[in-house]
Amino acid sequence: MSAGNALTRSAPWRGTAWVMGKLGFSGRSLVIAIPMLWLGVFFLAPFFVLGRISLAEALIARPPYTPLFDRAPDGSLQIIASLENYRFLMTDALYRNAYLSSIRVALVSTIFALLIGYPIAYYIARAPEPKRSVLLLMVILPFWTSFLLRVYAWMGFLRSNGVINNTLMSLGLIDSPIQMMQTDFAVYIGIVYTYLPFMILPLYANLTKLDGALLEAASDLGASPMVTFFTVTLPLSLPGIVAGSMLVFIPAIGEYVIPALLGGPDTLMIGRVLWDEFFSSRDWPVASAVAIVMLVLVVAPIMWLQSVQNRREEG
Amino acid sequence: MRGWFLPLAVAFGFIFLYAPIISLVVFSFNESRLVTVWGGFSTRWYGELLRDRQILGAAWVSLQVAFASATLATIIGTLGAFVLTRFSSFTGRLLLTGMITAPLVMPEVITGLSLLLLFVSMEMTLGWPAGRGLPTIIIAHTTFCAAFVAVIAQSRLRSMDESLEEAARDLGAGPVRVFFDITLPVIAPALVAGWLLAFTLSLDDLVIASFVSGPGASTLPMVIFSKVRLGVSPDINALATIIIGFVLVAVVIAGWLMRRGMRQGE
Amino acid sequence: MSQPAIAADTKPWRREGARAFISVRGVTKRFDDFTAVSDVDLDIYKGELFCLLGESGCGKSTLLRMLAGFEQPTTGAITIDGEDMARVPPDRRPTNMMFQSYALFPHMSVEKNVAYGLLREGLAKSEAYHRAGEMLRMVKLEKLARRKPDQLSGGQRQRVALARALVKRPKLLLLDEPLGALDKKLREETQFELIKIQETLGVTFIVVTHDQDEAMTLATRIGVMKDGKIEQIGEPREIYETPNSRFVADFIGSVNLFEGTVEAVAPDMMRIETQGLGPVLLPPQGGLTRGQQVWGAVRPERFALSRSKPENTPNAWQGVVEEMGYIGHMSQYRIRLANGVLIRASQSNRLRDEDPISWDEQVWISVQPSAFRVLTQ
Repeated sequence: MSAGNALTRSAPWRGTAWVMGKLGFSGRSLVIAIPMLWLGVFFLAPFFVLGRISLAEALIARPPYTPLFDRAPDGSLQIIASLENYRFLMTDALYRNAYLSSIRVALVSTIFALLIGYPIAYYIARAPEPKRSVLLLMVILPFWTSFLLRVYAWMGFLRSNGVINNTLMSLGLIDSPIQMMQTDFAVYIGIVYTYLPFMILPLYANLTKLDGALLEAASDLGASPMVTFFTVTLPLSLPGIVAGSMLVFIPAIGEYVIPALLGGPDTLMIGRVLWDEFFSSRDWPVASAVAIVMLVLVVAPIMWLQSVQNRREEG
Repeated sequence: MRGWFLPLAVAFGFIFLYAPIISLVVFSFNESRLVTVWGGFSTRWYGELLRDRQILGAAWVSLQVAFASATLATIIGTLGAFVLTRFSSFTGRLLLTGMITAPLVMPEVITGLSLLLLFVSMEMTLGWPAGRGLPTIIIAHTTFCAAFVAVIAQSRLRSMDESLEEAARDLGAGPVRVFFDITLPVIAPALVAGWLLAFTLSLDDLVIASFVSGPGASTLPMVIFSKVRLGVSPDINALATIIIGFVLVAVVIAGWLMRRGMRQGE
Repeated sequence: MSQPAIAADTKPWRREGARAFISVRGVTKRFDDFTAVSDVDLDIYKGELFCLLGESGCGKSTLLRMLAGFEQPTTGAITIDGEDMARVPPDRRPTNMMFQSYALFPHMSVEKNVAYGLLREGLAKSEAYHRAGEMLRMVKLEKLARRKPDQLSGGQRQRVALARALVKRPKLLLLDEPLGALDKKLREETQFELIKIQETLGVTFIVVTHDQDEAMTLATRIGVMKDGKIEQIGEPREIYETPNSRFVADFIGSVNLFEGTVEAVAPDMMRIETQGLGPVLLPPQGGLTRGQQVWGAVRPERFALSRSKPENTPNAWQGVVEEMGYIGHMSQYRIRLANGVLIRASQSNRLRDEDPISWDEQVWISVQPSAFRVLTQ
């Protein structure tokens, strides 16, 4: 056996190493380029198109909007762009109300999700091991089933001749069905139901990290369980509360399906307004403007908040 | 939080989570057309469902889309995660970080609308994609699913002992070899979990698909939505029961894989 | 190739003009604005077992990673066996590394782990597995060849990592805290096993460790590092007996330090005036001039304790035993001198039934002139 196979090859591999270095370098760029190009074309570029069309006017044509560049009558190239759509959004109360009511609905739902989710997360975090895993799986399981069908399940529950009304009436608690479908109440239920696991999981992750000795220390120092909860557990679980609330609030605010299926005609939510503007009115430029405003007013602050939070967690 | 309050609140929470699903399954075996009135046990709606060409066709479209986009999303998401965790500095790093996480918080209506507008303007200027259908849905789903895969892959790559890769380099393997010999096998369970997540997300999506699909390419959620809008119907209950059954099996497999992956990662 | 001589016997670094096998010249490594390694020069000879010793963050691991090729020096050059290592990637270097975490591939069996490097050399499968088997026999793990790493104990994993790094017969083996993850007893056994393997194979070892006992036991020479610089290089005995700075004296073992100035230098004797001990007489050391600021260093075991005034040394003081700790083979003392200075001393317990000096006793504490080491920095 020679002293080192690597060493016997020492002379020729110098050249190869150089070539490999070159190849490795270009291989590296290729690896970077694939996700970069895909996301650049199919995620980033669409927003520029969106912004550009939001400056156009609606036409009855294919495509149903005016081009950005056009030949003026004298043959020179001119740019057609107007802020007309944005002015329209500002002046029409419908859109302002839709934005505000989206935020309201998302906020109320988030609070309810927190109130329902916190005890569950707390209970699971304190449960002994085999029970804990089973409960956790039970929280996650509905999330994996079809979202649309879970909303659909509530339709069967909340209808005037649905399960809840039938049960209450057969028990003699009410004489006539309660109107629950097509109300804001139904929308709250739908959102809380759909996004509850997103609230519970971060809370659970946070609460399991809570050192049990802290609670023992608090009670040793004379705090009642109630006082311990409000002075130790709750403040320490704040990061979990923030994370869970974000995970519910963010998707809720742009929600379309839940208000469309469970809400009434007066349940205004911005996702639904955008959808109707696009599919019913076929006004692409206004729909684009709605999307841009939504992006600026809702998505940008959330992304900023998240990056701040991420940085704080890393630091 | 002791005593009666906590167990009661938890019981209420779980009833809230499961009652609708259970009633959905129960009433799928109902003889009566009225979804909420029990008319005796029957599998009649399953039979009807299997004769519904529209639903079967849509299910086939959805499965194709989900399979293709989950696979593509796993490739792109994994590459993105790999680049972000292993290459310390390169131009556009910040941009890539943003582009890979932003789809997670982007409302579906915006993603759907903006992609549709992109496809329309690409068709006008480049002539591709000619019309919309399967390929455009697959592209759209790949893009937003890649973000989810990237999150999973990134956390696995971060927790992976980097000296494993260095050890392989040290023993004479080039960078590409190291990726296929070491990195990929070690993170494989996470990638399978990511693929399954992407697959379900794609199967589940209604909003984005509605924007970017064209005539003749309706996914299952699109067909369900158009039926459900008109009111409850028992064959949808039957469909829901079948999907729940599938998901249960998939979740058990995914959970098993993840647990195995975690054990390997230690 | 001839059987390499046993490294500990030859000491090539003592020979004038001996050719260094690994040479590090002016190597600096900066990460952004942090300098991890700063202008290091180092020669290591064939067959050595060299220990880089220092606290965490002193740059020893970065230096090791530069030798392996995982980091590129910002400036300076590394040559191994006369070959410049700049631009040579880790997979093309004649070095192998044993990682602190062992970095065993979790999805491969023990045997596959060990054969991995041989297969990358282009060896035929049968040959690679044959050699892997031989190496596993050497580390006494041949029975566990088909196990996965997570089915092994910590000590077994450590031996697999060693086998995997050695099987390619590297010119240089780099070991990053090789025994750090083992418990104390196993660590001591493994130290000698490691020396035996190194002597058998004649491979040059560079070991990074923060454990001074480990470095003293293993090394032919030690390089003590601090803040990215090498403070002192020398054989274990040199480092312990003649440290060149207060840092090294304090880092290796424990030491009493007394600040003082040189009072008189005569051909056969010199006197320094220390703040804690007053005048001390000791043999002259080169390079010292009158009035120079110095520190006197005395190891605790160099002090002698007695109940009567010792006659054999001019350096003796009276004090009271303030603390005493019985450890078994030795006892540790803290003696308070009349001027309030506290001195650490230790005495070995040779006799079973002697009457040991104990708490609150008035004792004489003395030191031989030659046991006093004068440091200038």
